[in-house]
Amino acid sequence: MDIAEKEKQFQDKIDSGQKIEAKEWVPENYRKQLIRMISQHAHSEIVGMLPEGNWITRAPSLRRKAVLLAKIQDEAGHGLYLYSAAETLGVERGELIDQLITGKAKYSSIFNYPTLTWADIGAIGWLVDGAAIVNQTMLARGSYGPYSRAMVRICKEESFHNRQGYELLYDLAQGTPEQKAMAQDALNRWWWPSIQMLGPSDADSKNSGETMRWRIKVESNDTVRQRFIDRTVPQAEAAGLTIPDPDLKFNEETGHWEIGEIDWTEFYQVIKGYGPCNKKRLRARQEAEHEGEWVREAAKVYAEKQAAKKTKAA
Amino acid sequence: MSTDQGMLWEVFVQAKPGIPHKHAGSVHAPDAEMALKSARDVYTRRREGTSIWVVPANMISATTEQDADSFFDPADDKVYRHPTFYTIPEGVKYL
Amino acid sequence: MTKEEALYEFLIRLGDNALILGQRLGEWCGKAHQLESDIALTNVALDQIGQARLLLTEAGRIEGKGRTEDDLAYMRGEMDFRNNLLVEQDNGDFAHTIVRQYIFDVFQYHLLKGLQKSSNDFLKAYADKSIKEVTYHRSLSHDWMLRLGDGTELSHQKMQDALDDLWEYTGELFEMTEADDVLIAEGMIPKLSDIKKIWEEEVEATIQEATLKVPDTLGFMAYGSRKGIHSEYLGYILAEMQVLPRSMPDAKW
Repeated sequence: MDIAEKEKQFQDKIDSGQKIEAKEWVPENYRKQLIRMISQHAHSEIVGMLPEGNWITRAPSLRRKAVLLAKIQDEAGHGLYLYSAAETLGVERGELIDQLITGKAKYSSIFNYPTLTWADIGAIGWLVDGAAIVNQTMLARGSYGPYSRAMVRICKEESFHNRQGYELLYDLAQGTPEQKAMAQDALNRWWWPSIQMLGPSDADSKNSGETMRWRIKVESNDTVRQRFIDRTVPQAEAAGLTIPDPDLKFNEETGHWEIGEIDWTEFYQVIKGYGPCNKKRLRARQEAEHEGEWVREAAKVYAEKQAAKKTKAA
Repeated sequence: MSTDQGMLWEVFVQAKPGIPHKHAGSVHAPDAEMALKSARDVYTRRREGTSIWVVPANMISATTEQDADSFFDPADDKVYRHPTFYTIPEGVKYL
Repeated sequence: MTKEEALYEFLIRLGDNALILGQRLGEWCGKAHQLESDIALTNVALDQIGQARLLLTEAGRIEGKGRTEDDLAYMRGEMDFRNNLLVEQDNGDFAHTIVRQYIFDVFQYHLLKGLQKSSNDFLKAYADKSIKEVTYHRSLSHDWMLRLGDGTELSHQKMQDALDDLWEYTGELFEMTEADDVLIAEGMIPKLSDIKKIWEEEVEATIQEATLKVPDTLGFMAYGSRKGIHSEYLGYILAEMQVLPRSMPDAKW
């Protein structure tokens, strides 16, 4: 079978809604696109642990501390599921981590923003995880089986993240004037980055064509973004918080909320490495990998010694 | 610096007693003991399991797509392997 | 000392150990050598915070002044904390964290074994629930003791250094006060001096199996936590942990 024929069979399979599984033949670019997407997604989960981890030691009640610990642990778990999915495409986790810490790989630029107050922890759960869930629910319908299954599992676990974030912020918004101001400030700072984290507008998105044809993504950035906005605006109202967008209005005809123009300048600035925390985040990952090398090495050497002992005894 | 993560293990979790173990994902670990513990921490955080198996990923052999036709299609026309193939007279029980 | 006062002191001691160790382990978040270990350390942290909540809630109830778990965690000063010096020591490298954890896990495990026979309903129920978690913690830290102790030359040295640094904090784990005497007489708690023997046997055997040496401190051990005299670390731990409730005392979180 020549390549053209294989590609046609592959496309037919995708068009008929079947999942592609590990070890099946796939076009080289499908494999590359998927590794790029899945590993970026995995990196985002583990870099995403840092801004939230920033508040574990300062969580203001033991209940909140336990919830935050459990949530960040989930993020580590999600990173792990995703690296697992990427590894089914024939790339090793170590290699992907190397790409992350040498700055060759990207991760979601939202995690380059700082968590300045406790309310930011609420904003991340409510807005960032809220946006992520809408996106991931879409990705769960994608064509690559291992990625899609990881997404299903992650979405199930994320719904608690989303709710705890909203609860946290809602409680602050009903609290003392100082707490309420803290909640509004967090919404002001996180709203636009959350809108932007769902990716460039369809008109400017360069990877869209192929990824849609192969059903790696099944909906465009703008469609997913609109769904997030429609869900979130009423939630803000219910908490008595104001979305920082004077142009925001409800369109009775379409039944959708319409937002003002998105300022993409900052988005591209952060992506290019000039966000408030890019260097700090990268340095944290580098340090963890460097300082952990002796541990990984020791565990490996111990396992080898034990295996050698076993062989000798047998 | 080496970012080597150690051996890759496939993880199978039994959700409750009496049902088969099902593939859950994978972990990296230097040995089986640590792989089991990691699998427990990663894949049963919400009490999803009663038993766990780990297998070195490189010990799993799989059929390829090229094999699929010859492996699985020949079973398509063996309808006589299914009980519904047979006609039983009305009123006869326990068959 | 009344029975209630003794019980309060004992509950605070256990609750503060769980809280401060959980707090320290929480600092590891995102810094471990591998995702699997990040998840494992957080599991232990979560279990300890869970135990702290049970214990401090009960301590507040026994005290009878209406203080909640959060009042006790966030509104006491360091002289009122009764956690052992061991658990407040800084994380250091992974070797220090593992040695601190293993030493504590074996201690906590045998203490809980004893509390399973307690005449006090709360202590017995607490021990029955927590022994499962702690059995796992002890097995995990034991695995790492062997892997790092008997791993590479470098890991061996780091583990020996950690043992040498932390050994002086093992003595006061077993220090008994008037509260212990009162509660032992009531059949509520085991004698720490009995636990000490089992602990020593088990820990020393592991140290040997890990090809490490039991440190010789010439009999010197650090004491103080039973009277609220801590190391310099605790002040910083509390400053960080308590900052929000202390700076906004009217707020609910």
